[in-house]
Amino acid sequence: MKSFKALKEKAQWVRRETLKLHKYAPGTRLASSLSDIEIFVVLYYGGILRYNPKNVKWDKRDRFIISKGHGAISLYPILADLKFFSKSELGKIGSKNSFLGIIPDTLIPGFETINGSLGHGLGVACGIALALKLKGIDRNVFVLSGDGELNEGAVWEAVMFASFHKLSNLILIVDNNKMSMLGYQKEILGMEPLKEKFKAFHWKSEEVDGHNIAQLHKALNNLMKDDSDQPKVLVVNTCKGKGVPGLENNPICHVKTLEADEIDNILKGCK
Amino acid sequence: MSNVQIKAMRDSVIDEIYNKMHGNNRIFFISADLGAPSLDRLRKDFKDRFINVGIAEQNLINVSTGLALEGFTVYAYAIASFITMRAYEQIRTNLALSSQHKEINVNLIGAGSGVSYDVSGPSHHCIEDITIMRALPNILFFSPSDWFIAEKFVDFSINTKGPKYMRLDGKPLPRIHDGAKSFDFKKGFCELAKGDEVCIVSTGYMTHKALKAAKELCGKDRKIGVIDLYILKPVDEDLLFNTLKRYKCIITIEEAFINKGGLDSLISNMISRRNANIRLISLGFDDRYIFKFGNRDFLSALSNFSEEDIIRVIEENSKR
Repeated sequence: MKSFKALKEKAQWVRRETLKLHKYAPGTRLASSLSDIEIFVVLYYGGILRYNPKNVKWDKRDRFIISKGHGAISLYPILADLKFFSKSELGKIGSKNSFLGIIPDTLIPGFETINGSLGHGLGVACGIALALKLKGIDRNVFVLSGDGELNEGAVWEAVMFASFHKLSNLILIVDNNKMSMLGYQKEILGMEPLKEKFKAFHWKSEEVDGHNIAQLHKALNNLMKDDSDQPKVLVVNTCKGKGVPGLENNPICHVKTLEADEIDNILKGCK
Repeated sequence: MSNVQIKAMRDSVIDEIYNKMHGNNRIFFISADLGAPSLDRLRKDFKDRFINVGIAEQNLINVSTGLALEGFTVYAYAIASFITMRAYEQIRTNLALSSQHKEINVNLIGAGSGVSYDVSGPSHHCIEDITIMRALPNILFFSPSDWFIAEKFVDFSINTKGPKYMRLDGKPLPRIHDGAKSFDFKKGFCELAKGDEVCIVSTGYMTHKALKAAKELCGKDRKIGVIDLYILKPVDEDLLFNTLKRYKCIITIEEAFINKGGLDSLISNMISRRNANIRLISLGFDDRYIFKFGNRDFLSALSNFSEEDIIRVIEENSKR
């Protein structure tokens, strides 16, 4: 894997590329795609995920289900960088000859499932995790979910299923940016304390700062090394709109679109 | 018919899946806490490939999808009204949408179609499913009229990859179809009787009522056609129209809502697209729920399609 310093630089690069994508396609959910950048960087460049861009159906890959689909625009530059598809595709996002939509689908190399509709990913991942165990394939199924997404009842059907069926190869990462479209989760349903909730459902449950690459890397590594028969969850505390002053701590950041010149100014400000 | 053995479709289907599971270790059977006498040995003998997800239809579909994405053939079993309506969006996203570009062989088994849960009341009646499941692209819709073709469908469902919905009646019913010539899942229908002016097109349980009415009215000067349409999607319209075009009147009968996209709409669209001069009469449930209790014929009578009503409608529309 790359050094933490290199990973930090990579995250900064992804942040800039994500802003550029938002400039090309202003309908993209920018704030949601900024909170999970370090998660993606650690997974893909930090030696956590096993993948093969030349063969996206490689049997020995770790499966990664990006359940918060709208918040995965920041994964596009990473997948292009790793040659899942050509970097020239990035500039075409949202245009009629592009397979890159503002919400990803399965036509994009590297995406396993369709997840524009929230709350499906964990249940599908349970089926995959079960299948891998039965097939004797020693690989993990990672799921990225938002914290707002945990409002969906179907998620908790899957939470119960995963621990009962001892899906130890299932690792859920919750991008806990504490906000959904209409504001702060604490003012909507109050899902906290998330770590304890998962513990009560018999999951191995940890919590970490989602913008600290070293901590994030350590926490994911520890969960992967855990030899219990429990499914694992990492509650990753993040900031929605991370790195963009007009979005951070802005209750309507989910739907906020930045103007082209605002983006240019931000890009000028970061190296 | 030669074989009048009475049996529930659910049991013939589960027995056949059980047989297939012995030779094929890529088959899963997942239930949302619904059982059947035939399921007991499957649960016992295939502990690693039978799963009860609990009373959780949404997760039933999601877990089934995950297994199917890894190459397994999955049967997902629940009460018809709940598997189609509680989990409709899971079916849309993970089966209909996803299977357009990925191979996902999930076979939904909905038990208790129409009003076969007759005295359980409106929560258990499943009379919207023909409309809503036909609205989804990429899902094959199977609506058998007897346990025999239901059983035969299992082999087809393993070999024809892609999501499917099996609309199974909840009550034991006699066999209608008499052999290999009687079913062809690519064709999707069977002309059980040839008529002169009037033809009934029915699906599922109502095919039993159609045959009964046709038999009662058939005489020297009158023959009533009966077509059992058991694949409601996709339909080979040209083939079906070729069989129906010689009739003056078609009567559709379905144990489902009419005038909203079901069997009647399917036939109506077929006729109007071809500017055919064929009268169409739709029999089925009116646009309201049923809070009364009684046997199925009584429930049908509330929307004017009891056995007696069917006979009356045919008489009104055919020569004597």
